[in-house]
Amino acid sequence: MSKLTLQGAGKVFGEGENSVEALSDIELGIDENELAVIVGPSGCGKSTLLNIVAGLEQASTGSVKMNGAEITGPDAGRGMVFQSYTLFPWLTVQKNVEFGLKIKGIKPGARQETARRYLELVGLTGFEDALPKALSGGMKQRVAIARVMANKPEMLLMDEPFGALDAQTRTQMQELLLSAMEKERTTVLFITHDIDEAVLLADNVYVMSRRPGRIRDKFKIDIPRPRDHRVTVSSEFTSLKKEIMEILWEES
Amino acid sequence: MSKFKAPIIYQLNNRGLTLLSFVVLASIWCLLSYGGIVKDIFLPTPGAVFSSFGEMHREGILIHYTLASTYRVMVGWALAVITAIPIGMLIGTSRKAEALFEPTVDFARYLPVVALVPLTLLYFGIGDLQKFAVIFLGTFFQLVLLVSDAAAGVPKDLLRAASTLGATKWQSYRMVLIPASLPGIMDSLRITIGWAWTYLVVAEMVAANSGLGYMILRAQRFLAVDRIFAGLIIIGLLGLVTDHLFKLITEKAVPWSEKGGARK
Ligand SMILES: Nc1ncnc2c1ncn2[C@@H]1O[C@H](COP(=O)(O)OP(=O)(O)O)[C@@H](O)[C@H]1O
Ligand SMILES: [Mg+2]
Repeated sequence: MSKLTLQGAGKVFGEGENSVEALSDIELGIDENELAVIVGPSGCGKSTLLNIVAGLEQASTGSVKMNGAEITGPDAGRGMVFQSYTLFPWLTVQKNVEFGLKIKGIKPGARQETARRYLELVGLTGFEDALPKALSGGMKQRVAIARVMANKPEMLLMDEPFGALDAQTRTQMQELLLSAMEKERTTVLFITHDIDEAVLLADNVYVMSRRPGRIRDKFKIDIPRPRDHRVTVSSEFTSLKKEIMEILWEES
Repeated sequence: MSKFKAPIIYQLNNRGLTLLSFVVLASIWCLLSYGGIVKDIFLPTPGAVFSSFGEMHREGILIHYTLASTYRVMVGWALAVITAIPIGMLIGTSRKAEALFEPTVDFARYLPVVALVPLTLLYFGIGDLQKFAVIFLGTFFQLVLLVSDAAAGVPKDLLRAASTLGATKWQSYRMVLIPASLPGIMDSLRITIGWAWTYLVVAEMVAANSGLGYMILRAQRFLAVDRIFAGLIIIGLLGLVTDHLFKLITEKAVPWSEKGGARK
C-alpha cells in the first residue's frame, strides 16, 4: 500500500460564478521513501495539491490519505518547505531549527544537539547564532530544509523551494538535497516547474495537465544514485527531459 | 573629490547635522528677537524665555505642571494601549472579530476628538479622568487599526510553516504571530504617543487647573509670550525624549527586524 494516496481528489475555490476549479480527480499514490516530483504548467494547481497534502487546505471531493488515515489538518508528520522565505526572523538559525523540536517538548540539550547535526547536514555549521536577515536566499532555504528535517517528518513537502534562487545557487541546492537524501532517506513530494530539476531529483516524475489539474503521466526515472549534476548531460537524462517537455508544451 | 573641497554640510555626520539644525534655528531666533526685527510681544528673546523658566520654577509650577501633563499622557495612553493591542490583534487575525468591531472602530476613528471634549467634560468633569478620556478616545481607535494592520500583515506562510512544524493554533499565535507583529506594534505606539500629547494639550487648554496646556493658555491671557514659548519648548523636549526612548526600546525589543527597528 502507498504511503500517501489521493483518490478522486478535487478542489474548487469559491462558489457560484466566481468559483475556480483548481484540481480535478487527482489519482496519486506515493510509496514510502519515494522521491516524487510533480511538474506542471504554472497555475495548474501544484501548490493547491501540496497544500491539501499538508492539511493546509481541504479537498472539496475525493479522499487524501496518509498511512490509510484521512488527512484532516496540518501536522508535524508532514513538514513543508515553501518557495517564500519562512524563517522566523526573530530567532537565530539555531533556534529556527529547534522550533519544531521545542514544540514536541524535547529537552534543550537534545534539541540543540539535533539542530547542530542538521545544520551540519546542510553545510551551515558556524552560522548557528546568525539572524535570518544576515543570510543569503540560498542559506535561508538551507536552514528551512534543516528545520523540517530536524523535525523528522514522515513526509517532506517542498513547493518550488529553489524557485526564487539564482541558477548557480539552485544547482548547489539540488545537489545538497540529493546528498541529504542519500544520508537520510524519507518520503518527499517535491513540486517544480523546472524539468531539469524534476528529472535530476526524482524517482518518479508526475506530470500535471493544465487547470483543472489532473495527474496526466508518470515517468519512472531509473538514473542510478548517487546522482549529481553530471547526469544532466547523459543521453538517458536528455531523452526523459525531451519526453516530459513535449507533454508540458501540449499543456501550456 | 580631490580637487573640490566638499561643502561643509557633506562632511558632517548625522549628529553634526542635528546640532547644526539647532544652531541655525537658535541663530535665527536670536537675530529676529535681539535684532528687534520682530516685536517682543510676538517673539520673546531667548533670554526672556530663559528667565521665565526660572520664574515658573520659583512659583512652583514648572515641575508640577510638567509632571501633571506627563502623568495624564502616560495613563491615558497606557489605557488605550493595553485595551487596543488585544482587540487589534483579534481584528487583524479573525474575520469574525473584524466584522464585529471594525465598523464601530472606523466610525469612531473619524470623529474629531476635539468635538468630543464637551461630552467628556459633561461626563468626567475637569479633573484627570477627563484628560485620560480625551487621550484614550484620541488614540484607542487609531491604535486598534494600526495594530490590526500589523497583525494582518504577518506573512501567511510564516504561520503555515509553523503549523507544518507541529504548532497548534494557539502556539502559532503565541510563538509566531505575536513576535512577528511586534515591529509594527512598536511603530504604532511611537506614532500614537505623539498624538496623545496633542490631545492632552487641547484638553488642558479647554478646561484644567494645572498642566502645560493650561499654563500656555493662561500665559496668553496675560500676554506672557515668553511663558508660551517656554511651554512649547518643554513639550517639544518631552517629545524628543519620548521618541528617543522609543527608538532605544525598539532596538532592544526587535533587533531582528529587517527595517532595523522603527524608522530612524
Ligand atoms: N485561495 C485561493 N482562492 C481562490 N483561487 C485560488 C486560491 N489558491 C489558488 N487558487 C487558484 O487555483 C489555481 C491553481 O493555483 P496554484 O495551486 O497556486 O497553481 P500552481 O502552484 O500550479 O502555479 C490558480 O488559478 C489560482 O488562481
Ligand atoms: Mg505554486
